Amino acid sequence: MKLTFSNEDERFREEIASWLESNLSGEFAHLRFRGGPGDEHAFPEDRKRWEQHLAAGGWTCIGWPESAGGRGASIEQQVIFAEEYARAGAPGRVGHIGEGLAGPTIVEFGTQEQKDKYLPGIRNGTDLWCQGYSEPSAGSDLANIRTRAVRDEASGRWAITGQKVWTSLAHESDWCFVLARTNPESRAHHGLGFFLVNMHQPGVTVQPIEQMTGTSEFNEVFFDEALAEDIVGEPGDGWRIAMTLLGFERGVSTLGQQMQFQNELNDIVKAARANGAAWEPTIRQRIAEAHIGLRLMRYNAMRMLSADSQESGASSLVYKLHWSSWHRNLGALAMDVLGPEAELLAHPPYELTRLQALYLFSRADTIYGGTNQIQRNIIAERGLGMPKETKGR
Amino acid sequence: MEFSYTDEQRMIRETAEAFFLDVSSPQAVRQAMGQARSYDPELWQRLCNELGFQAMIIPESCGGLGLGFVELAIVLEQMGRRLTCSPFFATVGLATNALLLMASEEQQQRLLPAIAAGELTATLAWTGEEVGRAGGRWDESAVSVKVAPCQGGYTLSGRLRYVIDGDTADLLVVAARAAGSEGRDGVSVFAIPAETPGISRTWTPTLDQTRRLADIQLDKVFVEADQLLGKEGEAWSEFSKALALGKCALAAEQLGVARQALDLAVDYTLEREQFGRAIASYQSIKHKAADMLLKTEVACSAVYYAACVASEVLSKEGDAAIASELHEAAAMAKAQCSDTVFFNAGTALQLFGGVGFTSEYDIQLYFKRAKASEHYLGNGAWQREQIASLLIDGGGLS
Ligand SMILES: Cc1cc2nc3c(=O)[nH]c(=O)nc-3n(C[C@H](O)[C@H](O)[C@H](O)COP(=O)(O)OP(=O)(O)OC[C@H]3O[C@@H](n4cnc5c(N)ncnc54)[C@H](O)[C@@H]3O)c2cc1C
Repeated sequence: MKLTFSNEDERFREEIASWLESNLSGEFAHLRFRGGPGDEHAFPEDRKRWEQHLAAGGWTCIGWPESAGGRGASIEQQVIFAEEYARAGAPGRVGHIGEGLAGPTIVEFGTQEQKDKYLPGIRNGTDLWCQGYSEPSAGSDLANIRTRAVRDEASGRWAITGQKVWTSLAHESDWCFVLARTNPESRAHHGLGFFLVNMHQPGVTVQPIEQMTGTSEFNEVFFDEALAEDIVGEPGDGWRIAMTLLGFERGVSTLGQQMQFQNELNDIVKAARANGAAWEPTIRQRIAEAHIGLRLMRYNAMRMLSADSQESGASSLVYKLHWSSWHRNLGALAMDVLGPEAELLAHPPYELTRLQALYLFSRADTIYGGTNQIQRNIIAERGLGMPKETKGR
Repeated sequence: MEFSYTDEQRMIRETAEAFFLDVSSPQAVRQAMGQARSYDPELWQRLCNELGFQAMIIPESCGGLGLGFVELAIVLEQMGRRLTCSPFFATVGLATNALLLMASEEQQQRLLPAIAAGELTATLAWTGEEVGRAGGRWDESAVSVKVAPCQGGYTLSGRLRYVIDGDTADLLVVAARAAGSEGRDGVSVFAIPAETPGISRTWTPTLDQTRRLADIQLDKVFVEADQLLGKEGEAWSEFSKALALGKCALAAEQLGVARQALDLAVDYTLEREQFGRAIASYQSIKHKAADMLLKTEVACSAVYYAACVASEVLSKEGDAAIASELHEAAAMAKAQCSDTVFFNAGTALQLFGGVGFTSEYDIQLYFKRAKASEHYLGNGAWQREQIASLLIDGGGLS
């Protein structure tokens, strides 16, 4: 059992840290600490250019195999990259859905042709992706998807019709991966397909949804016989592919956020010192609790990512529930530290301060990617062998 | 990343798990609870002779196995799972750590081989009346036995309270302070055979019957100069590290208690049927169990992080930067594990319904151990305040 990284990894840390230090300057200097959760609307065009600049430096998709355009970086190096990226205050990645979800799925399940077609755009930061899973009647019960895919026998192409909802960044995206029903007779997780759909076509309509933050990070997406560019795997493979992808979502990509959490906690401690809340016993307890929770999140992640999965299985099951609950509590702590000052907006009509955005946005963490209740069901069933939920209908 | 057991550590875990499952059955625990020493001396000898766990962290030069704190944590976790009644925690988790940190080479050669051989049990006796003030103050203000220099050594007088295994241990590691001293100043630490004239020890029956506490009265106890551990009057900073190691050890044991409380509860809910189905199928039960597992997993990360830090502290060539995290790591582990063990034991008790309230079922034993272990060396709130003062006041943890 070891707490430290190897010398080679530490050299890698120096390399990325100094690259970020010298490149987050000039035309990109204003992007520091911008564009994170709750701030996605900040400088989208500049952040797209930053993504491409990052790519030119060879710093996108580092965990992908070299054959796919990545660096084949080890888990340790991916962790280090994520940590240094956040420590430097580098801007929220506009390409994260492509790099973290679409890309790895195509690497794992796509044909060589599909890899050649899609991976370079993700790797180079030119193609942005969104995730088309949830629908009005398919939330926690994701398998209840109604969007349909119909194959035109003549052209061999699939046409998608239906509605997706809560689609993050659809309005900025060039591509969407869509879970749709290929077999109209099928139910639940049978008969689904995993499609790659170009967003720039007449059959796709994106309707922003205003969030409680006043901004619109997510959207409704309507497909009206939109043509899918490709299907990954075979019709009927959709569920298996979609579930594997959710596994990627809970992997390394969540580690960098811990450094961002640390920045947030630092801000809160600073505010608490400034207004004296730091010397109130109950606030001190909560600050300490937040500090402990964050430190231990790191060791949870290290156990989860350690080679030996025999003992680390349970640590990955509980990981999402832990960080989401922790972050939600942090948001409330921020407001309670500020007291009445917490009410005052940064600017009218509804521009939030960083900590207000944290307070509101952290409420989404316990909803998306499997709500806390769904996480608990999974933990009880897979981690403790308790009976599965009974289903209706 | 290598934040997981090595093959050797996994072997130790399997050995310890099998051993304590065998020798520390619920019947054995209940029997030991009723005995004069609250532990079974025969079991203690088997543990020492067959497995040598008591010698784990003692260097080979002193007759020990020279293993690290991670290995110790593995064993303590398994003992916690079975509520093993044993002088192990006090001897190894408390006293041995103090001797490793504070005793001179010569003193170590005098004392550690006997511990390693299973011939000597020991404990830390450091808390006076003051430790109970305001619900528990586990810092330098708890040291109240008075020490005065005299011809050839020192005399100690005063009362020590809540001393784990205090009436059965062979060796007492006693903290005392100079008259008129306050705070971290004036604290000295001594290794004193329990049979030294002037010491009277009284068992104080406890709510948690798996671990014994005692009152110790020191009446002008004479100790020789070479029984002083570390520097006269300046021992607090090293002694506080020994206490931090004690927290790490106790946290490891709490992790085992918490895990077993969860396992017992899940097993019971899978068996027990109401309204025509296993109660484990009700979501409110599943979600409680999931919360218990979440806390247990986080506690596990805390314990093994703290154990890694503790290993660096004990190792002669330890990484100084990691070792400097000791107080913080120990406070984090003790906070997380204290909260977890109480949550798990309390929640488990609820899931057992009426039978959980009987003396026949074992969960009550876990519920009692949970609270006792929470208090010793400071509960979660106490540890969090230590962390807060480090973060906010920058005072440093000790
Ligand atoms: C900010 C944000 C961004 C998102 N981005 C995307 C995106 O990019 N792409 C995408 O596809 N989706 C996205 N989502 C959607 C998200 O995945 C869903 O909101 C989530 O899966 C929950 O579904 P729902 O909203 O329909 O809630 P419901 O499933 O209706 O849940 C409502 C409540 O019921 C509880 N509940 C439901 N089922 C159970 C059960 N079996 N047992 C116990 N309790 C239950 C839930 O926990 C919740 O508290 C996003 C959501 C948010 C908030």
